[in-house]
Amino acid sequence: MSTVTTANSGEKVWGGGDNQPLGADYGKLMMWFFILSDALTFSGFLAAYGFSRFKFIETWPLADEVFTHVPFMHGSPQPMLYVAFMTFVLIFSSVTMVLAVDAGHQMKKDKVVLYLFLTIIGGLIFVGSQAWEWKNFIKGEYGAVETKGGSLLQFVDTEGHRVALADFAATLPEDREQLSRNKGKWFMEEATLPAYSVAEVQAGFKAHPNILVRTEHIDANKKKTVLSRSESELRLKDASLVVEGANLTRNEYGSKLFADFFFFITGFHGFHVFSGVVINIIIFFNVLLGTYEKRKSYEMVEKVGLYWHFVDLVWVFVFTVFYLV
Amino acid sequence: MSHAHVSNTKRIWTVFGLLSIVTIIEVVLGIIKPEILHNNSLLGLNLLNWIFIILTGVKAYYIVYAFMHMEGEKSALRHAVIWPLIFLVAYLLFILLIEGNYVFGVFKNSTIKWNF
Repeated sequence: MSTVTTANSGEKVWGGGDNQPLGADYGKLMMWFFILSDALTFSGFLAAYGFSRFKFIETWPLADEVFTHVPFMHGSPQPMLYVAFMTFVLIFSSVTMVLAVDAGHQMKKDKVVLYLFLTIIGGLIFVGSQAWEWKNFIKGEYGAVETKGGSLLQFVDTEGHRVALADFAATLPEDREQLSRNKGKWFMEEATLPAYSVAEVQAGFKAHPNILVRTEHIDANKKKTVLSRSESELRLKDASLVVEGANLTRNEYGSKLFADFFFFITGFHGFHVFSGVVINIIIFFNVLLGTYEKRKSYEMVEKVGLYWHFVDLVWVFVFTVFYLV
Repeated sequence: MSHAHVSNTKRIWTVFGLLSIVTIIEVVLGIIKPEILHNNSLLGLNLLNWIFIILTGVKAYYIVYAFMHMEGEKSALRHAVIWPLIFLVAYLLFILLIEGNYVFGVFKNSTIKWNF
């Protein structure tokens, strides 16, 4: 049943041993051990995330407040729904992949073609969804203020609902000029200016007595701490930066490391999905051309399938670690 | 190859059903976050997170054993892949999470303010 290494099977084995001591072809065996090493790489990333989260356990962002976007449902936060959809897409593409492998075992070319095609479509939907999720994450929704001490202040109304900077910030007659390379004396530039300045946020806060500051600190009921109005005024005096959305330096959700890990881990996983899709497409055309029909074995589909299931497996863990726990 | 090539479609759909049910349970618990589970902890982890982690393990088992067809491989291959992974991941989590918790304590009890 092996694919390309059949030429001398049964010959020249040391001590009369088996050519396939583990009962699997060279290629399949190597795929398994590649998956093992890749799984350890991902474990390293996720364990590093766990380390940082335990380190800042009292101030870590709450995931169900961050990932709340669903297409066509703007303005009504829906925690978990969209990411659950993504999970189903990936699980289902795993199912079609295993059906393709199954059809390959029975040498049914047409079925392999159909199921591989569905797998590719599922993978593309997943990568697209992830891009959309990234877009929302980077753009942000409410905005926040960073203090001189590096902690993040968010804004809520008296009932505890989040308030966006745009809803209360004042417009002051001030000039803020973006420092760009051509205006700098040396290689000087700055990040894109946020829509409001610190002074505008502070003035707007003064003008709206029903707005309170929410800190990063998680209280005994697993909610973020909301300060009283006088405490809020005191904290806001220390504001040094307006933060909107997320980048690798700071983000409006809370701990700076949170966005770094989000970008790095989901990005690395997304890259795996992307390469999986590319490999699936190559194999798809090979199936169409009848390469495996001539070889009388669809084992290549099986090997690629292993990789694809692995991508799904990693997502199961990323899903738990980032969105559930 | 050792395993016969009979069609496995029935088992595939069963496993898909199982994985879907587990995911739906996870999502529903994640949205509701029942307080009795969320605010009671066991061994430093709240009960809700225990449930999530165990269910994740169940899903991982079915993906590896059914979809990746680990159950059809020789036991030598099975052990060669799975035990190193389980051992190293458990070890890594053990040292890193304990260390993270320790660093948290150092920050919290220190005389220097680091987040204000």
